[in-house]
Amino acid sequence: MNAVKAGKITKSVAEHIFIYILALLTIAPFVWMVLTSVKDMADIYVYPPKWFPSELHLDNYSKVFNAAPFGRYYLNSAVVAIVVTLGQLITCSMAAYAFARLNFKGRNILFLLFLGTMMIPYNVTMIPSFMVLYWLDWVDTYQALIVPGLASAFGTFLLRQFFITIPKELEEAAYLDGANKFTVLIRIIIPLSKPALATLAIFTFMGVFNDFIWALIVINSEEMRTVQLGLAIFRDRYLTQWDLLMAGSVMAVMPILIVFFFAQKYFIKGITLSGLKD
Amino acid sequence: MIETTPEFQEEKLITASHIKEKKKKPGEEKKKSDLVTALLFLSPTLIIFGTFILFPVIFSFYLSFHQWNMFSGDTTFIGFDNYIKMFQSDEFWSVFKNTVIYTFGTIPLNMGFSLLVAYILHKKIIGKKFLRTAFFAPVVISPVAAAVIWRWLYDPNFGLINYFVGLFGIDPINWLNDPSAAMFALIVMGVWKTFGINMILFAAGLQAIPDHYYEAAEIDGANQWTKFWNITVPLLAPTTFFIMVMSIISSFQVFDIVYVLTSGGPLGATKVFVFYVYEHAFKFFDMGYASAAAYILFAILFVLTLVQVRYMKTKVYTFG
Repeated sequence: MNAVKAGKITKSVAEHIFIYILALLTIAPFVWMVLTSVKDMADIYVYPPKWFPSELHLDNYSKVFNAAPFGRYYLNSAVVAIVVTLGQLITCSMAAYAFARLNFKGRNILFLLFLGTMMIPYNVTMIPSFMVLYWLDWVDTYQALIVPGLASAFGTFLLRQFFITIPKELEEAAYLDGANKFTVLIRIIIPLSKPALATLAIFTFMGVFNDFIWALIVINSEEMRTVQLGLAIFRDRYLTQWDLLMAGSVMAVMPILIVFFFAQKYFIKGITLSGLKD
Repeated sequence: MIETTPEFQEEKLITASHIKEKKKKPGEEKKKSDLVTALLFLSPTLIIFGTFILFPVIFSFYLSFHQWNMFSGDTTFIGFDNYIKMFQSDEFWSVFKNTVIYTFGTIPLNMGFSLLVAYILHKKIIGKKFLRTAFFAPVVISPVAAAVIWRWLYDPNFGLINYFVGLFGIDPINWLNDPSAAMFALIVMGVWKTFGINMILFAAGLQAIPDHYYEAAEIDGANQWTKFWNITVPLLAPTTFFIMVMSIISSFQVFDIVYVLTSGGPLGATKVFVFYVYEHAFKFFDMGYASAAAYILFAILFVLTLVQVRYMKTKVYTFG
Protein backbone atom coordinates (compact mmCIF):
# COMPACT_ATOMS: atom_id res chain seq x y z
CA MET A 1 0.00 0.00 0.00
CA ASN A 2 2.83 2.37 0.89
CA ALA A 3 4.53 1.67 -2.41
CA VAL A 4 1.36 2.68 -4.26
CA LYS A 5 1.16 5.90 -2.26
CA ALA A 6 4.82 6.66 -2.88
CA GLY A 7 4.30 6.00 -6.56
CA LYS A 8 1.40 8.44 -6.62
CA ILE A 9 3.45 11.12 -4.91
CA THR A 10 6.36 10.63 -7.31
CA LYS A 11 3.97 10.96 -10.22
CA SER A 12 2.40 14.08 -8.81
CA VAL A 13 5.83 15.63 -8.27
CA ALA A 14 6.79 14.77 -11.84
CA GLU A 15 3.59 16.39 -13.11
CA HIS A 16 4.31 19.50 -11.10
CA ILE A 17 7.84 19.77 -12.43
CA PHE A 18 6.65 19.21 -15.99
CA ILE A 19 3.83 21.75 -15.92
CA TYR A 20 5.96 24.39 -14.19
CA ILE A 21 8.68 23.97 -16.83
CA LEU A 22 6.07 24.46 -19.56
CA ALA A 23 4.74 27.53 -17.77
CA LEU A 24 8.23 29.00 -17.46
CA LEU A 25 8.87 28.38 -21.17
CA THR A 26 5.58 30.12 -21.96
CA ILE A 27 6.39 33.24 -19.98
CA ALA A 28 10.11 33.27 -20.86
CA PRO A 29 9.50 35.56 -23.88
CA PHE A 30 7.81 38.09 -21.56
CA VAL A 31 10.65 37.95 -19.05
CA TRP A 32 13.23 38.25 -21.82
CA MET A 33 11.36 41.26 -23.27
CA VAL A 34 11.31 43.10 -19.93
CA LEU A 35 14.96 42.31 -19.14
CA THR A 36 16.12 43.37 -22.62
CA SER A 37 14.16 46.60 -22.35
CA VAL A 38 16.42 47.77 -19.51
CA LYS A 39 19.79 46.69 -20.95
CA ASP A 40 22.25 48.66 -23.02
CA MET A 41 23.48 47.36 -26.37
CA ALA A 42 26.70 46.06 -24.80
CA ASP A 43 24.62 43.66 -22.67
CA ILE A 44 22.41 42.73 -25.60
CA TYR A 45 25.03 41.89 -28.20
CA VAL A 46 26.78 39.20 -26.18
CA TYR A 47 27.07 35.49 -26.68
CA PRO A 48 26.13 33.43 -24.71
CA PRO A 49 23.14 35.64 -23.75
CA LYS A 50 23.21 37.33 -20.36
CA TRP A 51 19.91 37.21 -18.48
CA PHE A 52 20.40 40.20 -16.23
CA PRO A 53 21.58 43.68 -17.17
CA SER A 54 24.89 44.78 -15.64
CA GLU A 55 23.32 48.19 -15.21
CA LEU A 56 19.66 49.18 -15.15
CA HIS A 57 18.84 51.31 -18.22
CA LEU A 58 15.41 52.76 -17.63
CA ASP A 59 16.40 55.56 -19.99
CA ASN A 60 15.57 53.19 -22.87
CA TYR A 61 11.97 54.12 -22.27
CA SER A 62 12.58 57.83 -22.57
CA LYS A 63 14.62 57.11 -25.71
CA VAL A 64 11.59 55.40 -27.21
CA PHE A 65 9.46 58.44 -26.49
CA ASN A 66 12.08 60.61 -28.19
CA ALA A 67 12.37 58.34 -31.20
CA ALA A 68 8.63 58.15 -31.89
CA PRO A 69 5.56 59.95 -30.49
CA PHE A 70 4.45 57.01 -28.33
CA GLY A 71 2.50 59.39 -26.07
CA ARG A 72 0.37 60.37 -29.02
CA TYR A 73 -0.01 56.69 -30.03
CA TYR A 74 -1.27 55.92 -26.53
CA LEU A 75 -3.73 58.78 -26.66
CA ASN A 76 -5.09 57.56 -30.02
CA SER A 77 -5.40 53.97 -28.85
CA ALA A 78 -7.05 55.05 -25.61
CA VAL A 79 -9.60 57.28 -27.35
CA VAL A 80 -10.49 54.61 -29.91
CA ALA A 81 -10.62 51.69 -27.45
CA ILE A 82 -12.69 53.59 -24.87
CA VAL A 83 -15.18 55.05 -27.35
CA VAL A 84 -15.67 51.73 -29.16
CA THR A 85 -16.10 49.86 -25.87
CA LEU A 86 -18.69 52.31 -24.53
CA GLY A 87 -20.41 52.41 -27.90
CA GLN A 88 -20.65 48.63 -28.11
CA LEU A 89 -22.03 48.40 -24.58
CA ILE A 90 -24.85 50.70 -25.67
CA THR A 91 -25.60 49.31 -29.15
CA CYS A 92 -25.25 45.67 -28.10
CA SER A 93 -27.47 46.12 -25.03
CA MET A 94 -30.17 47.68 -27.15
CA ALA A 95 -30.00 45.07 -29.88
CA ALA A 96 -29.76 42.23 -27.37
CA TYR A 97 -32.83 43.52 -25.55
CA ALA A 98 -34.78 43.61 -28.79
CA PHE A 99 -33.83 40.01 -29.52
CA ALA A 100 -34.42 38.81 -25.96
CA ARG A 101 -37.66 40.56 -25.06
CA LEU A 102 -39.46 42.36 -27.87
CA ASN A 103 -42.01 40.63 -30.05
CA PHE A 104 -41.85 41.32 -33.74
CA LYS A 105 -42.23 39.38 -36.91
CA GLY A 106 -39.02 37.82 -38.21
CA ARG A 107 -37.17 38.19 -34.94
CA ASN A 108 -35.65 34.73 -34.98
CA ILE A 109 -34.62 34.89 -38.62
CA LEU A 110 -33.00 38.26 -38.09
CA PHE A 111 -31.17 36.90 -35.06
CA LEU A 112 -29.87 33.93 -37.03
CA LEU A 113 -28.68 36.29 -39.79
CA PHE A 114 -26.92 38.27 -37.10
CA LEU A 115 -25.11 35.20 -35.86
CA GLY A 116 -24.32 34.28 -39.45
CA THR A 117 -22.33 37.49 -39.90
CA MET A 118 -19.81 36.16 -37.38
CA MET A 119 -18.54 33.66 -39.92
CA ILE A 120 -17.82 36.21 -42.62
CA PRO A 121 -14.04 36.54 -42.81
CA TYR A 122 -12.71 39.98 -42.10
CA ASN A 123 -10.89 40.34 -45.38
CA VAL A 124 -14.08 39.95 -47.41
CA THR A 125 -15.55 43.07 -45.82
CA MET A 126 -12.38 45.10 -45.37
CA ILE A 127 -11.99 46.26 -48.97
CA PRO A 128 -15.48 47.78 -49.45
CA SER A 129 -15.43 49.04 -45.84
CA PHE A 130 -12.30 50.95 -46.69
CA MET A 131 -14.05 52.36 -49.76
CA VAL A 132 -17.00 53.53 -47.69
CA LEU A 133 -14.59 55.44 -45.49
CA TYR A 134 -12.84 56.80 -48.57
CA TRP A 135 -16.16 58.04 -49.99
CA LEU A 136 -17.05 59.61 -46.64
CA ASP A 137 -13.61 61.26 -46.63
CA TRP A 138 -12.89 59.60 -43.29
CA VAL A 139 -9.58 57.97 -44.17
CA ASP A 140 -6.93 58.83 -41.54
CA THR A 141 -9.43 60.01 -38.91
CA TYR A 142 -10.72 58.80 -35.54
CA GLN A 143 -14.08 58.04 -37.17
CA ALA A 144 -12.40 55.50 -39.45
CA LEU A 145 -11.02 53.64 -36.44
CA ILE A 146 -14.18 53.97 -34.34
CA VAL A 147 -17.38 53.86 -36.39
CA PRO A 148 -17.08 50.38 -38.01
CA GLY A 149 -16.55 48.93 -34.52
CA LEU A 150 -19.68 50.43 -32.98
CA ALA A 151 -21.73 47.24 -33.34
CA SER A 152 -20.92 43.60 -32.69
CA ALA A 153 -22.70 40.34 -33.39
CA PHE A 154 -20.66 38.56 -30.72
CA GLY A 155 -21.53 41.24 -28.16
CA THR A 156 -25.21 41.19 -29.07
CA PHE A 157 -25.26 37.41 -28.79
CA LEU A 158 -23.42 37.40 -25.46
CA LEU A 159 -25.78 39.93 -23.88
CA ARG A 160 -28.90 38.36 -25.36
CA GLN A 161 -27.97 34.99 -23.84
CA PHE A 162 -27.63 36.71 -20.48
CA PHE A 163 -30.80 38.82 -20.78
CA ILE A 164 -33.04 35.80 -21.45
CA THR A 165 -32.02 34.30 -18.09
CA ILE A 166 -33.39 37.30 -16.18
CA PRO A 167 -36.86 36.49 -14.75
CA LYS A 168 -39.63 38.35 -16.57
CA GLU A 169 -41.52 39.02 -13.34
CA LEU A 170 -39.00 41.73 -12.46
CA GLU A 171 -40.00 43.67 -15.55
CA GLU A 172 -43.72 43.11 -15.16
CA ALA A 173 -43.77 45.00 -11.88
CA ALA A 174 -42.11 47.94 -13.61
CA TYR A 175 -44.63 47.84 -16.49
CA LEU A 176 -47.48 47.99 -13.97
CA ASP A 177 -45.87 51.15 -12.62
CA GLY A 178 -46.07 52.58 -16.12
CA ALA A 179 -42.47 52.13 -17.22
CA ASN A 180 -41.67 51.85 -20.93
CA LYS A 181 -39.24 49.43 -22.63
CA PHE A 182 -36.40 51.88 -22.52
CA THR A 183 -36.68 52.51 -18.77
CA VAL A 184 -36.96 48.79 -18.13
CA LEU A 185 -33.74 48.18 -20.07
CA ILE A 186 -31.87 50.90 -18.20
CA ARG A 187 -33.35 50.45 -14.72
CA ILE A 188 -33.77 46.68 -14.53
CA ILE A 189 -31.91 44.71 -17.18
CA ILE A 190 -28.64 46.64 -17.27
CA PRO A 191 -28.04 46.68 -13.48
CA LEU A 192 -28.66 42.94 -13.36
CA SER A 193 -26.28 42.20 -16.24
CA LYS A 194 -23.02 43.58 -14.87
CA PRO A 195 -20.99 40.36 -15.29
CA ALA A 196 -22.02 39.99 -18.95
CA LEU A 197 -21.38 43.68 -19.63
CA ALA A 198 -17.96 43.44 -17.96
CA THR A 199 -17.06 40.44 -20.13
CA LEU A 200 -18.10 42.31 -23.27
CA ALA A 201 -16.29 45.48 -22.21
CA ILE A 202 -13.03 43.65 -21.53
CA PHE A 203 -13.17 41.67 -24.75
CA THR A 204 -13.93 44.70 -26.84
CA PHE A 205 -11.26 46.78 -25.18
CA MET A 206 -8.67 44.08 -25.73
CA GLY A 207 -9.70 43.53 -29.34
CA VAL A 208 -9.62 47.21 -30.23
CA PHE A 209 -6.41 48.00 -28.35
CA ASN A 210 -4.64 45.07 -30.03
CA ASP A 211 -6.14 45.64 -33.47
CA PHE A 212 -3.58 46.05 -36.21
CA ILE A 213 -4.84 45.36 -39.73
CA TRP A 214 -7.64 47.93 -39.73
CA ALA A 215 -5.36 50.69 -38.43
CA LEU A 216 -2.79 49.65 -41.04
CA ILE A 217 -5.38 50.11 -43.79
CA VAL A 218 -7.09 53.35 -42.77
CA ILE A 219 -4.30 55.36 -41.12
CA ASN A 220 -1.61 57.22 -43.05
CA SER A 221 -0.28 60.01 -40.88
CA GLU A 222 2.04 59.65 -37.93
CA GLU A 223 -0.16 61.55 -35.49
CA MET A 224 -3.13 59.22 -36.10
CA ARG A 225 -1.22 55.98 -35.46
CA THR A 226 -2.34 53.66 -32.71
CA VAL A 227 0.14 51.94 -30.38
CA GLN A 228 0.16 48.73 -32.44
CA LEU A 229 0.57 50.46 -35.79
CA GLY A 230 3.19 52.74 -34.27
CA LEU A 231 5.13 49.76 -32.94
CA ALA A 232 5.00 47.92 -36.28
CA ILE A 233 6.38 50.95 -38.09
CA PHE A 234 8.90 51.49 -35.30
CA ARG A 235 10.19 47.96 -35.86
CA ASP A 236 10.67 48.69 -39.57
CA ARG A 237 12.84 51.64 -38.68
CA TYR A 238 14.85 50.23 -35.74
CA LEU A 239 15.33 46.73 -37.13
CA THR A 240 17.76 45.38 -34.53
CA GLN A 241 17.75 48.08 -31.88
CA TRP A 242 16.48 45.51 -29.42
CA ASP A 243 16.70 47.77 -26.37
CA LEU A 244 14.27 50.27 -27.91
CA LEU A 245 12.11 47.64 -29.61
CA MET A 246 11.63 45.72 -26.36
CA ALA A 247 10.84 48.91 -24.42
CA GLY A 248 8.25 49.71 -27.11
CA SER A 249 6.83 46.20 -26.87
CA VAL A 250 6.55 46.45 -23.09
CA MET A 251 4.53 49.61 -23.58
CA ALA A 252 2.30 47.93 -26.16
CA VAL A 253 1.45 44.93 -23.96
CA MET A 254 1.32 46.44 -20.46
CA PRO A 255 -2.17 48.02 -20.51
CA ILE A 256 -3.76 44.74 -21.57
CA LEU A 257 -1.68 42.59 -19.22
CA ILE A 258 -2.67 44.81 -16.28
CA VAL A 259 -6.36 44.56 -17.19
CA PHE A 260 -5.91 40.80 -17.64
CA PHE A 261 -4.35 40.27 -14.19
CA PHE A 262 -7.24 42.03 -12.48
CA ALA A 263 -10.11 40.72 -14.56
CA GLN A 264 -8.94 37.28 -15.57
CA LYS A 265 -12.24 35.55 -14.87
CA TYR A 266 -14.01 37.72 -17.45
CA PHE A 267 -11.46 36.81 -20.11
CA ILE A 268 -11.97 33.13 -19.40
CA LYS A 269 -15.75 33.49 -19.32
CA GLY A 270 -15.66 35.27 -22.67
CA ILE A 271 -13.56 32.52 -24.26
CA THR A 272 -15.79 29.79 -22.89
CA LEU A 273 -18.92 31.61 -24.05
CA SER A 274 -17.58 32.23 -27.52
CA GLY A 275 -16.61 28.60 -27.63
CA LEU A 276 -20.10 27.51 -26.78
CA LYS A 277 -21.84 29.85 -29.17
CA ASP A 278 -22.59 27.25 -31.82
CA MET B 1 -84.57 43.09 -34.92
CA ILE B 2 -82.63 44.64 -37.73
CA GLU B 3 -81.47 47.44 -35.50
CA THR B 4 -80.42 45.27 -32.64
CA THR B 5 -78.30 42.89 -34.64
CA PRO B 6 -75.19 45.06 -34.92
CA GLU B 7 -75.40 45.87 -31.28
CA PHE B 8 -75.75 42.25 -30.46
CA GLN B 9 -72.82 41.38 -32.63
CA GLU B 10 -70.75 44.06 -31.10
CA GLU B 11 -71.55 42.77 -27.68
CA LYS B 12 -70.59 39.30 -28.76
CA LEU B 13 -67.31 40.64 -30.08
CA ILE B 14 -66.54 42.40 -26.87
CA THR B 15 -67.36 39.29 -24.92
CA ALA B 16 -65.21 37.19 -27.18
CA SER B 17 -62.22 39.46 -26.91
CA HIS B 18 -62.83 39.70 -23.20
CA ILE B 19 -62.71 35.94 -22.86
CA LYS B 20 -59.61 35.83 -24.99
CA GLU B 21 -57.94 38.36 -22.76
CA LYS B 22 -58.97 36.45 -19.68
CA LYS B 23 -57.43 33.30 -21.07
CA LYS B 24 -54.06 35.00 -21.44
CA LYS B 25 -51.56 34.52 -18.72
CA PRO B 26 -50.67 37.73 -16.90
CA GLY B 27 -48.00 39.65 -18.74
CA GLU B 28 -48.91 38.20 -22.07
CA GLU B 29 -50.73 41.35 -23.09
CA LYS B 30 -47.28 42.43 -24.21
CA LYS B 31 -47.64 39.82 -26.99
CA LYS B 32 -48.65 42.61 -29.36
CA SER B 33 -45.97 43.46 -31.86
CA ASP B 34 -43.18 45.73 -30.62
CA LEU B 35 -41.95 46.29 -34.17
CA VAL B 36 -41.47 50.05 -33.82
CA THR B 37 -39.61 49.79 -30.52
CA ALA B 38 -37.58 46.90 -31.85
CA LEU B 39 -36.52 48.86 -34.93
CA LEU B 40 -35.54 51.74 -32.71
CA PHE B 41 -33.44 49.48 -30.47
CA LEU B 42 -31.86 47.69 -33.41
CA SER B 43 -31.26 50.75 -35.57
CA PRO B 44 -27.68 51.61 -34.49
CA THR B 45 -26.59 48.03 -35.02
CA LEU B 46 -28.48 47.67 -38.29
CA ILE B 47 -26.94 50.87 -39.68
CA ILE B 48 -23.38 49.80 -38.81
CA PHE B 49 -23.89 46.24 -40.04
CA GLY B 50 -25.57 47.41 -43.21
CA THR B 51 -22.69 49.75 -44.01
CA PHE B 52 -19.72 47.69 -42.89
CA ILE B 53 -20.86 44.09 -43.35
CA LEU B 54 -23.90 43.65 -45.57
CA PHE B 55 -22.93 46.19 -48.22
CA PRO B 56 -19.26 45.07 -48.25
CA VAL B 57 -20.16 41.39 -48.63
CA ILE B 58 -22.32 42.14 -51.66
CA PHE B 59 -20.04 44.79 -53.11
CA SER B 60 -16.87 42.70 -52.91
CA PHE B 61 -18.69 39.92 -54.74
CA TYR B 62 -19.60 42.45 -57.44
CA LEU B 63 -16.02 43.76 -57.46
CA SER B 64 -14.58 40.30 -57.94
CA PHE B 65 -16.04 40.33 -61.49
CA HIS B 66 -14.69 43.76 -62.32
CA GLN B 67 -11.56 45.65 -62.87
CA TRP B 68 -11.96 48.61 -60.67
CA ASN B 69 -9.94 51.74 -60.15
CA MET B 70 -10.81 53.15 -56.79
CA PHE B 71 -9.48 56.62 -57.42
CA SER B 72 -10.98 57.33 -60.84
CA GLY B 73 -14.04 55.18 -60.22
CA ASP B 74 -13.65 53.43 -63.61
CA THR B 75 -15.34 50.04 -63.59
CA THR B 76 -15.00 47.41 -66.29
CA PHE B 77 -16.89 44.15 -66.20
CA ILE B 78 -14.46 41.32 -66.92
CA GLY B 79 -16.48 38.24 -65.97
CA PHE B 80 -14.43 35.50 -64.39
CA ASP B 81 -11.09 36.97 -65.49
CA ASN B 82 -9.94 37.75 -61.93
CA TYR B 83 -10.65 34.19 -60.86
CA ILE B 84 -9.03 32.70 -63.97
CA LYS B 85 -5.96 34.90 -63.57
CA MET B 86 -5.73 33.80 -59.95
CA PHE B 87 -5.99 30.10 -60.64
CA GLN B 88 -3.32 30.44 -63.31
CA SER B 89 -0.99 32.35 -61.03
CA ASP B 90 1.84 30.37 -59.43
CA GLU B 91 1.98 32.83 -56.59
CA PHE B 92 -1.65 32.18 -55.67
CA TRP B 93 -1.03 28.45 -55.38
CA SER B 94 2.11 29.01 -53.36
CA VAL B 95 0.11 31.28 -51.03
CA PHE B 96 -2.58 28.64 -50.79
CA LYS B 97 0.03 25.98 -50.00
CA ASN B 98 1.64 28.20 -47.34
CA THR B 99 -1.72 28.80 -45.66
CA VAL B 100 -2.46 25.09 -45.61
CA ILE B 101 1.02 24.28 -44.24
CA TYR B 102 0.64 26.92 -41.54
CA THR B 103 -2.84 25.66 -40.61
CA PHE B 104 -2.04 21.98 -40.51
CA GLY B 105 1.35 22.63 -38.93
CA THR B 106 -0.12 24.69 -36.11
CA ILE B 107 -3.20 22.63 -35.31
CA PRO B 108 -1.72 19.30 -34.15
CA LEU B 109 0.91 21.07 -32.03
CA ASN B 110 -1.60 23.55 -30.71
CA MET B 111 -4.25 20.98 -29.84
CA GLY B 112 -1.85 18.41 -28.43
CA PHE B 113 -0.16 20.97 -26.26
CA SER B 114 -3.36 22.64 -25.06
CA LEU B 115 -4.99 19.30 -24.24
CA LEU B 116 -1.92 18.17 -22.33
CA VAL B 117 -1.86 21.38 -20.30
CA ALA B 118 -5.62 21.32 -19.66
CA TYR B 119 -5.43 17.66 -18.64
CA ILE B 120 -2.67 18.23 -16.11
CA LEU B 121 -4.34 21.37 -14.77
CA HIS B 122 -7.51 19.34 -14.26
CA LYS B 123 -5.67 17.28 -11.62
CA LYS B 124 -4.58 18.29 -8.14
CA ILE B 125 -1.87 20.81 -8.91
CA ILE B 126 -0.47 23.50 -6.62
CA GLY B 127 -0.65 27.04 -7.99
CA LYS B 128 -3.29 26.41 -10.65
CA LYS B 129 -4.25 30.05 -10.81
CA PHE B 130 -0.71 31.17 -11.51
CA LEU B 131 -0.26 28.44 -14.11
CA ARG B 132 -3.47 29.29 -15.94
CA THR B 133 -2.49 32.97 -16.00
CA ALA B 134 0.93 32.07 -17.41
CA PHE B 135 -0.47 29.86 -20.17
CA PHE B 136 -3.17 32.35 -21.11
CA ALA B 137 -0.99 35.50 -21.09
CA PRO B 138 0.23 35.14 -24.73
CA VAL B 139 -3.39 35.14 -25.90
CA VAL B 140 -4.24 38.57 -24.53
CA ILE B 141 -1.22 40.54 -25.74
CA SER B 142 -1.10 42.27 -29.07
CA PRO B 143 0.08 40.13 -32.00
CA VAL B 144 2.31 42.97 -33.16
CA ALA B 145 4.26 43.15 -29.89
CA ALA B 146 4.36 39.36 -29.70
CA ALA B 147 5.94 39.18 -33.15
CA VAL B 148 8.47 41.89 -32.27
CA ILE B 149 9.48 39.88 -29.19
CA TRP B 150 9.83 36.70 -31.25
CA ARG B 151 11.97 38.48 -33.83
CA TRP B 152 14.40 39.10 -31.01
CA LEU B 153 14.15 35.49 -29.79
CA TYR B 154 14.86 34.30 -33.34
CA ASP B 155 17.82 36.66 -33.84
CA PRO B 156 20.47 34.54 -35.61
CA ASN B 157 23.44 35.83 -33.63
CA PHE B 158 22.24 36.79 -30.17
CA GLY B 159 18.76 35.26 -29.94
CA LEU B 160 17.75 33.01 -27.06
CA ILE B 161 16.42 30.29 -29.35
CA ASN B 162 19.68 29.75 -31.19
CA TYR B 163 21.40 29.69 -27.82
CA PHE B 164 19.11 26.89 -26.56
CA VAL B 165 19.34 25.02 -29.83
CA GLY B 166 23.11 25.38 -29.57
CA LEU B 167 23.09 23.61 -26.21
CA PHE B 168 22.02 20.52 -28.15
CA GLY B 169 24.90 20.95 -30.56
CA ILE B 170 22.85 22.43 -33.42
CA ASP B 171 24.45 25.18 -35.48
CA PRO B 172 22.81 28.62 -35.41
CA ILE B 173 19.83 28.82 -37.76
CA ASN B 174 18.85 31.96 -39.59
CA TRP B 175 15.22 31.39 -38.64
CA LEU B 176 13.52 34.29 -40.34
CA ASN B 177 15.75 34.67 -43.39
CA ASP B 178 16.04 31.05 -44.41
CA PRO B 179 13.07 30.05 -46.61
CA SER B 180 13.13 26.51 -45.28
CA ALA B 181 13.09 27.58 -41.61
CA ALA B 182 10.79 30.63 -41.65
CA MET B 183 7.50 28.74 -41.85
CA PHE B 184 8.52 26.52 -38.95
CA ALA B 185 9.47 29.61 -36.94
CA LEU B 186 6.08 31.15 -37.71
CA ILE B 187 4.25 27.98 -36.69
CA VAL B 188 6.05 27.75 -33.35
CA MET B 189 5.21 31.36 -32.60
CA GLY B 190 1.60 30.85 -33.70
CA VAL B 191 1.23 27.92 -31.32
CA TRP B 192 2.67 29.91 -28.43
CA LYS B 193 0.31 32.82 -29.15
CA THR B 194 -2.94 30.85 -29.38
CA PHE B 195 -2.83 27.57 -27.46
CA GLY B 196 -4.19 29.29 -24.33
CA ILE B 197 -7.60 29.69 -25.97
CA ASN B 198 -7.86 25.97 -26.65
CA MET B 199 -6.58 25.20 -23.17
CA ILE B 200 -9.58 27.05 -21.72
CA LEU B 201 -11.99 25.26 -24.08
CA PHE B 202 -10.49 21.86 -23.28
CA ALA B 203 -10.67 22.68 -19.56
CA ALA B 204 -14.39 23.37 -19.92
CA GLY B 205 -14.80 20.09 -21.80
CA LEU B 206 -12.92 18.14 -19.13
CA GLN B 207 -14.99 19.71 -16.39
CA ALA B 208 -18.13 18.43 -18.09
CA ILE B 209 -17.05 14.78 -17.77
CA PRO B 210 -18.65 13.37 -14.60
CA ASP B 211 -16.17 12.14 -11.96
CA HIS B 212 -18.04 8.90 -11.41
CA TYR B 213 -16.95 7.62 -14.82
CA TYR B 214 -13.36 7.74 -13.64
CA GLU B 215 -14.26 6.30 -10.24
CA ALA B 216 -16.04 3.36 -11.85
CA ALA B 217 -13.04 2.72 -14.09
CA GLU B 218 -10.71 2.83 -11.09
CA ILE B 219 -12.77 0.17 -9.37
CA ASP B 220 -12.32 -1.94 -12.50
CA GLY B 221 -8.59 -1.44 -12.09
CA ALA B 222 -8.02 0.97 -14.98
CA ASN B 223 -4.75 2.87 -14.95
CA GLN B 224 -4.20 6.50 -15.87
CA TRP B 225 -3.51 5.75 -19.52
CA THR B 226 -6.55 3.49 -20.04
CA LYS B 227 -8.74 6.06 -18.32
CA PHE B 228 -7.40 8.77 -20.63
CA TRP B 229 -7.94 6.73 -23.81
CA ASN B 230 -11.23 5.10 -22.89
CA ILE B 231 -13.03 7.88 -21.03
CA THR B 232 -11.44 11.27 -21.62
CA VAL B 233 -10.72 10.97 -25.33
CA PRO B 234 -14.15 9.72 -26.49
CA LEU B 235 -16.11 12.03 -24.21
CA LEU B 236 -13.99 14.96 -25.29
CA ALA B 237 -14.51 14.22 -28.99
CA PRO B 238 -17.20 16.88 -29.60
CA THR B 239 -15.08 19.55 -27.88
CA THR B 240 -12.04 18.41 -29.84
CA PHE B 241 -13.89 18.57 -33.14
CA PHE B 242 -15.24 22.00 -32.34
CA ILE B 243 -11.78 23.28 -31.38
CA MET B 244 -10.29 21.80 -34.52
CA VAL B 245 -12.73 23.49 -36.88
CA MET B 246 -12.47 26.81 -35.05
CA SER B 247 -8.67 26.56 -35.17
CA ILE B 248 -8.69 25.84 -38.89
CA ILE B 249 -10.95 28.84 -39.48
CA SER B 250 -8.76 31.19 -37.47
CA SER B 251 -5.44 29.82 -38.78
CA PHE B 252 -6.61 30.35 -42.34
CA GLN B 253 -6.98 34.04 -41.50
CA VAL B 254 -3.62 34.63 -39.83
CA PHE B 255 -2.17 38.03 -40.75
CA ASP B 256 -0.79 40.28 -37.98
CA ILE B 257 1.98 37.99 -36.77
CA VAL B 258 3.02 37.23 -40.36
CA TYR B 259 3.15 40.89 -41.26
CA VAL B 260 5.44 41.77 -38.36
CA LEU B 261 7.48 38.56 -38.00
CA THR B 262 8.41 37.87 -41.64
CA SER B 263 6.40 40.26 -43.87
CA GLY B 264 5.55 37.19 -45.93
CA GLY B 265 9.21 36.48 -46.67
CA PRO B 266 11.81 35.27 -47.20
CA LEU B 267 11.07 34.79 -50.91
CA GLY B 268 7.35 34.46 -50.18
CA ALA B 269 7.90 31.42 -47.96
CA THR B 270 5.43 32.67 -45.35
CA LYS B 271 3.06 34.62 -47.56
CA VAL B 272 -0.41 33.53 -46.46
CA PHE B 273 -3.92 34.16 -47.80
CA VAL B 274 -4.90 37.32 -45.96
CA PHE B 275 -1.47 38.80 -46.60
CA TYR B 276 -2.01 38.16 -50.32
CA VAL B 277 -5.42 39.86 -50.22
CA TYR B 278 -3.99 42.80 -48.27
CA GLU B 279 -1.11 43.19 -50.69
CA HIS B 280 -3.27 43.19 -53.81
CA ALA B 281 -5.85 45.53 -52.31
CA PHE B 282 -3.74 48.07 -50.48
CA LYS B 283 -0.34 47.89 -52.14
CA PHE B 284 -1.27 47.31 -55.79
CA PHE B 285 -4.80 48.74 -55.43
CA ASP B 286 -6.18 45.91 -57.54
CA MET B 287 -9.45 45.78 -55.62
CA GLY B 288 -11.26 43.46 -58.04
CA TYR B 289 -8.55 40.82 -57.95
CA ALA B 290 -8.19 41.13 -54.16
CA SER B 291 -11.94 40.70 -53.75
CA ALA B 292 -11.87 37.56 -55.85
CA ALA B 293 -9.11 36.14 -53.62
CA ALA B 294 -11.08 37.11 -50.51
CA TYR B 295 -14.12 35.31 -51.89
CA ILE B 296 -12.15 32.13 -52.45
CA LEU B 297 -11.16 32.22 -48.79
CA PHE B 298 -14.77 32.93 -47.85
CA ALA B 299 -15.91 29.88 -49.81
CA ILE B 300 -13.39 27.62 -48.03
CA LEU B 301 -14.36 28.90 -44.59
CA PHE B 302 -18.05 28.70 -45.45
CA VAL B 303 -17.75 24.99 -46.24
CA LEU B 304 -15.85 24.43 -42.99
CA THR B 305 -18.54 26.24 -41.03
CA LEU B 306 -21.26 24.16 -42.69
CA VAL B 307 -19.41 20.98 -41.70
CA GLN B 308 -19.22 22.32 -38.18
CA VAL B 309 -22.92 23.23 -38.00
CA ARG B 310 -23.95 19.92 -39.55
CA TYR B 311 -21.83 17.98 -37.08
CA MET B 312 -23.12 19.99 -34.13
CA LYS B 313 -26.70 19.30 -35.22
CA THR B 314 -26.06 15.56 -35.48
CA LYS B 315 -24.54 15.64 -32.06
CA VAL B 316 -27.53 17.41 -30.56
CA TYR B 317 -29.80 14.96 -32.33
CA THR B 318 -27.91 11.89 -31.16
CA PHE B 319 -27.32 12.82 -27.57
CA GLY B 320 -30.56 14.70 -27.13
